[in-house]
Amino acid sequence: MDLLNALVAFANFVVVPATAYGAQLALGALGVTLIYGVLRFSNFAHGETMSFGAMVVVLVTTLFQSWGISLGPLPTALLALPFGILATAILLLTTDKVVYKFYRRVKAAPVMLVIVSTGVMFVMNGAVRMIIGTDDRRFADGERFLISARDFKTMTGLSEGLAIRTTQVITVVVAMITVAALFWFLNKTRTGKSMRAYSDNEDLALLSGINPERVVKITWLLVAALATIAGALYGLDKSYKPLIFQQLLLPVFAAAIVGGIGNPLGAIAGGFVIAFSEVTLTYAFKKVVTYLGPDSWAPDGLVQLLSTDYKFAVSFAILIIVLLFKPTGLFKGQSI
Amino acid sequence: MKKLLLATTAATMLTGAASAEEIKIGVMLGFTGPAESLAPDMFGGAKAAIAEASDSGMFLDGTTIAVVQGDSSCVDAAVSTAVADRFVTADGVSGIIGALCSGATIAALQNVAIPNGMVMISPSATSPALTSIEDNGLFFRASPSDARQGQVMAESLMEKGVTSVAVTYTNNDYGKGLADAFEASYTEMGGIVTINASHEDGKADYSAEVGALAAAGGDLLVVVGYLDQGGPGIIRAALDTGAFDMFHLPDAMIGQSIEDRFGDEIEGSTGQVPGSDSEGGDMLVPIGEANGYDATAPYAPESYDAGALMVLAMQAAGSTDPQVYKDKVFDVANAPGEMIYPGEIAKALEILAAGGEIDYVGGSAVELIEPGEAAGSYREIVVEGGKITTVGYR
Repeated sequence: MDLLNALVAFANFVVVPATAYGAQLALGALGVTLIYGVLRFSNFAHGETMSFGAMVVVLVTTLFQSWGISLGPLPTALLALPFGILATAILLLTTDKVVYKFYRRVKAAPVMLVIVSTGVMFVMNGAVRMIIGTDDRRFADGERFLISARDFKTMTGLSEGLAIRTTQVITVVVAMITVAALFWFLNKTRTGKSMRAYSDNEDLALLSGINPERVVKITWLLVAALATIAGALYGLDKSYKPLIFQQLLLPVFAAAIVGGIGNPLGAIAGGFVIAFSEVTLTYAFKKVVTYLGPDSWAPDGLVQLLSTDYKFAVSFAILIIVLLFKPTGLFKGQSI
Repeated sequence: MKKLLLATTAATMLTGAASAEEIKIGVMLGFTGPAESLAPDMFGGAKAAIAEASDSGMFLDGTTIAVVQGDSSCVDAAVSTAVADRFVTADGVSGIIGALCSGATIAALQNVAIPNGMVMISPSATSPALTSIEDNGLFFRASPSDARQGQVMAESLMEKGVTSVAVTYTNNDYGKGLADAFEASYTEMGGIVTINASHEDGKADYSAEVGALAAAGGDLLVVVGYLDQGGPGIIRAALDTGAFDMFHLPDAMIGQSIEDRFGDEIEGSTGQVPGSDSEGGDMLVPIGEANGYDATAPYAPESYDAGALMVLAMQAAGSTDPQVYKDKVFDVANAPGEMIYPGEIAKALEILAAGGEIDYVGGSAVELIEPGEAAGSYREIVVEGGKITTVGYR
């Protein structure tokens, strides 16, 4: 019984939240990695792209709700996702045409593009704040819980509860579908193959007749879809707040680099590595230890490795360790 | 020459005695920043009290008072200092009402008011740090220190039989001050604080913070946060994971938006907010209506009282010189003397002019204790049927 209690407590506070968070990070990191692989620069505006996509989803969701359209137990935001992706795609293609295209033509150094993307980040950030304001918004509707902590306790008779929110399940399911679709696209379709060819060796790809502008355009479209889904899922699961996407940029980049930047599989692994380390290292294991050990072992302290204030420091530390010892990341990506 | 000198002296003395002069009082509040929604009604309160004195014609032989307004922000020390400096040097005010937040108040007090010998009365700064500042008797506040709130909170929880709690506080002067004050009182009374951890405002996800709080355990969770910032995020995460379903909420967590968000999900949760059951609060309502502000808004009564205390102290001293009237603030605020309620400022001015004594009660039952802050009475609330309900005063 105690063993079960310990497991449930651990699952409730570590496994469930970290899995949902990991899926959100993985989707974000996939976008970063795609841009790095194909366009060869670190896009610092990616966090704000997520924010923009999520904002459109929030606005469309509100509109749908006012019309009385809903998905029953599922959140209305899922219906609004395509509109968010569309708007973000238009935004990214316009940005590319107005800003990035010029730097590609003059063959600017990657560092210059990074600075340019930082500028784009500030512009997008300002635009989002002007459109929707800085307030916290919850736009999740439908059924809140798959299992609530109280129901779980009465069902199993355990003293620890396990809560699984609908949004957490949706996050993981949608992320799985998105990733599967992306991998199918990259590996099985002609366009996907030409993208990978372009990413592997630009000159050879050009020689074999691949149209670079088309590859760039498709990359932005994929990034728009990934960023909007990631941003909307994060907002759906937690709450939508324009200012937090800048904070989210660090774990997203850490995930991409830890996994091996430019490698889609690595981005997913990286997302979960970062999410689980952040949550596990800052979790206080007092309850778990109390349940597992004999009574005399019950600790006075919290058995917490790091205070939760240092959550972001965890992603930083992992980032530095990986860059020092394995610059190409866990899965072979490009070294930076 | 001698005659001319005499005439000049006589003339200066005449103006010194001041018939139908105009003086200025500066009101600086955080019109922008994390507490901006409180500022307009507080400004209304302070302005109403000052206008009441000015219009009565009894204030220092018919002297009128003009209000100068300033935005001190909430946490930006540079802005607050600049505004206070402008009040003193450019506007030539005789006293400052403000600021709203503790951070802004401390900055203006230390950088401007103390060096220039200017009296400052804050309606709402509650940081315990303000108690120990060496202020030369220049600083007063119409609100109690959070050291007092911590004590009230500890007493109230102890009486309910709650002996072990987890505490989370917003990581700033207010949050840390109140959480530490509470922990000190509560532990002294025999309670156990299982964890006293901070949270950052403005995040979307508090599951890690709540994980640590849940591991520490406790009968309930004390959330020392802001109701439009991280506080609701913590409560939401705690409810979702089943970590806590009872909460205790101090002043900055109590408001309509908590009812709207959680309703009966936090049934039975408790809290307290500065307030008193004196009839003064109700008497302010028509004054608020006449002046176009909400007199029952948080800290609006305290603002009215801050304005009233300043003009009454000037009247008692017969001078608008801060160095003179600073010593009279205690005299007008506390017994002995005739009790003065809101709307009776003219009467108070008359009594003081005749050399009598007053005991200003005002909208928040003001009782000043050393070193110049309100003794503090609190309204205790409980969430019943999804509504915040008053259960008593302490």
